[in-house]
Amino acid sequence: MSGSGGEIEVTVNGEVRTIESGHTVRSFLESLELHPGLVVVERNREILDRDAYDDVRVEAGDVLELVHFVGGG
Amino acid sequence: MTEMAVQEPVVRDEPLVVGGKEFRSRLIVGTGKYETNQEMVDAIAASGAEMVTVAVRRVDLDRTKEEGILYHLDPDRIFLLPNTAGCYTAEDAIRYARLGRKAGMSEFVKLEVIGDERTLLPDVQATLEAAKTLVDEGFTVMAYTNEDVVTALRLQDIGVAAVMPLASPIGSGLGLVNPYYIREIKSRLEVPVIVDAGVGTASDACVTMEQGVDGVLMNTALAAAEKPAVMARAMKLAVEAGRLAYLAGRMPKREWAVPSSPTEGMLE
Repeated sequence: MSGSGGEIEVTVNGEVRTIESGHTVRSFLESLELHPGLVVVERNREILDRDAYDDVRVEAGDVLELVHFVGGG
Repeated sequence: MTEMAVQEPVVRDEPLVVGGKEFRSRLIVGTGKYETNQEMVDAIAASGAEMVTVAVRRVDLDRTKEEGILYHLDPDRIFLLPNTAGCYTAEDAIRYARLGRKAGMSEFVKLEVIGDERTLLPDVQATLEAAKTLVDEGFTVMAYTNEDVVTALRLQDIGVAAVMPLASPIGSGLGLVNPYYIREIKSRLEVPVIVDAGVGTASDACVTMEQGVDGVLMNTALAAAEKPAVMARAMKLAVEAGRLAYLAGRMPKREWAVPSSPTEGMLE
């Protein structure tokens, strides 16, 4: 992966995490063992299209919300 | 001896149509609070529901909790209705609705904006505000509200696809506390009226449907029953029975007795 090697801090679901730099949204989800087809990503308050998971990179300071459907009434 | 030919009564009922989509079942069920996913799947199957509600929540990154519901429900076979449950402001409800739309790939949302933690009664002002924005954004809004006809009419004016007044507070199981107000809402609205929340057992569902409403939505009544799938079957039958009773047109109530057998021809 180009430009990798460093680490960045991001906030994921309210938790600050240190992750490798250079991730796309898709590769980041996969690193968490999440199925990109079943997770919706909100990045800095903007909901991403699934088509964009390959293009959008996770940047230092990003605030990410990873959500999915759970049981509810 | 001549036998009278027995004819099955012909009942012509329309399907439930919400936002241009047809449903044969008038029962909508939630997917929350089941002890196991298998119990949920079995209860949904027994209920005959074609539409189920789901909530949008953060993925558990530590994987200590259960996985998302899409591992257990097939969206090609059952229609998923994302809700905005747990939201206390219009802004939050709009955010959840947008996330739900992205997750579910449909425009449908069950809008719920709560105004009070103890009763979980809706925040009417915030509900109207959120409904307006979501309708403008092209959502098919099914709006949870109280049993107040004024709010129901305003929601209809805004352009929601269905108005969902409560039978009684969410999760209370108190049944239909105000049939008069529910009937008034039904008689005044053109969009479907689906009673949402408060149904506790089969008779509650039946009485609710007897008011002439278009459907019933329930969650806890099934999930908190000792045998959810058995209660789900009971609810399916109750909703059908209540609907049929409504279509049949009930006898008028009288204060005192009227004999069922002839008063003529009695022996001296």
